[in-house]
Amino acid sequence: MSGVMKRMGMIFRAKANKALDRAEDPRETLDYSYQKQLELLQKVRRGVADVATSRKRLELQLNQLQSQSSKLEDQGRKALSLGREDLAREALSRRASLQQQVTDLETQHQTLQGEEEKLTLAAQRLQAKVDAFRTKKETIKATYTAAQAQTRIAESFSGISEEMSDVGLAIQRAEDKTAQLQARAGAIDELLASGALDDQSGLAKDDIQTELDRLSGGTDVELELQRMKAELMGGGSAGKQAIEGGATTPQDQAPQQSPRFDKQ
Amino acid sequence: MIVRIMGEGQVKLADSHFTELNKLDDELLEQMESGDEQGFRQTLGALLDAVRRLGTPLPDDALEPSELILPGPDASLDEVRDMLSDDGLIPG
Repeated sequence: MSGVMKRMGMIFRAKANKALDRAEDPRETLDYSYQKQLELLQKVRRGVADVATSRKRLELQLNQLQSQSSKLEDQGRKALSLGREDLAREALSRRASLQQQVTDLETQHQTLQGEEEKLTLAAQRLQAKVDAFRTKKETIKATYTAAQAQTRIAESFSGISEEMSDVGLAIQRAEDKTAQLQARAGAIDELLASGALDDQSGLAKDDIQTELDRLSGGTDVELELQRMKAELMGGGSAGKQAIEGGATTPQDQAPQQSPRFDKQ
Repeated sequence: MIVRIMGEGQVKLADSHFTELNKLDDELLEQMESGDEQGFRQTLGALLDAVRRLGTPLPDDALEPSELILPGPDASLDEVRDMLSDDGLIPG
């Protein structure tokens, strides 16, 4: 006995034969096997659903990471425009480590998609075989005596049990993979919840944003003051123009000022 | 003869290809036993290519057993070793 393919074939066949030997009446074996097949089909469908759930969760996380990443990019840009290169550098280096996570998740997402596809096809194959088995099972039960049925049953049984072993293994692998990914997804959820992926302090506060708000807040106050000063000075002359019936009324004239002058 | 690629389904091949596949199959076993992961990957890839190229897929509702069973393309050396050494690994 040599070769991987041959050995594997023998192992699968031995397994099928062991299952066949269990029952007194081979026709009972048919019913029992059919029940098992239906159970496995259910399991495969659940497996597909689980993988799909994991995949969707990953997609959600990817979106969150992407938006976090573009937020950091905006912050970097704003910090630069306010002349704070140190803040911009911090924002961009955080963004770089985020991108690392994104790349990682994208790879996992592809893996899961492949897994989902394979399991979906496996479920289809198994379903087709289970249907064929059911038809054959009824024919055998109706046509043959228990003694005669033995060989017929063995024929159809080995084919389906091989499929079941194969699909069973695929399901096991998919379950292991999803469990691993779920654990990782949980870790990333926590990171996302903490607001900053590489903020070791665990503070949910976005310190870059706080600093930017403080900076631009100051800037905005300055701007606001200047705007008010200009308004006060300009507003006065606009009022005079209105009384004198000046044809050109500035666009930015406060509307509540006009009626006040008109009444006088 | 019928060959199953695990996770993909069954393929029917003319018996005349048996010698060719057999040679690769023996090589695969040697590489598995010596722990030559790279060689194992290469040979497994070659075997899968040959089976896919030379064979015709069986319909999904076929109930025929396979003479030969091949691990899927992403199976690792250790996984295959486990399957061969312990049939308890195969669920049922």
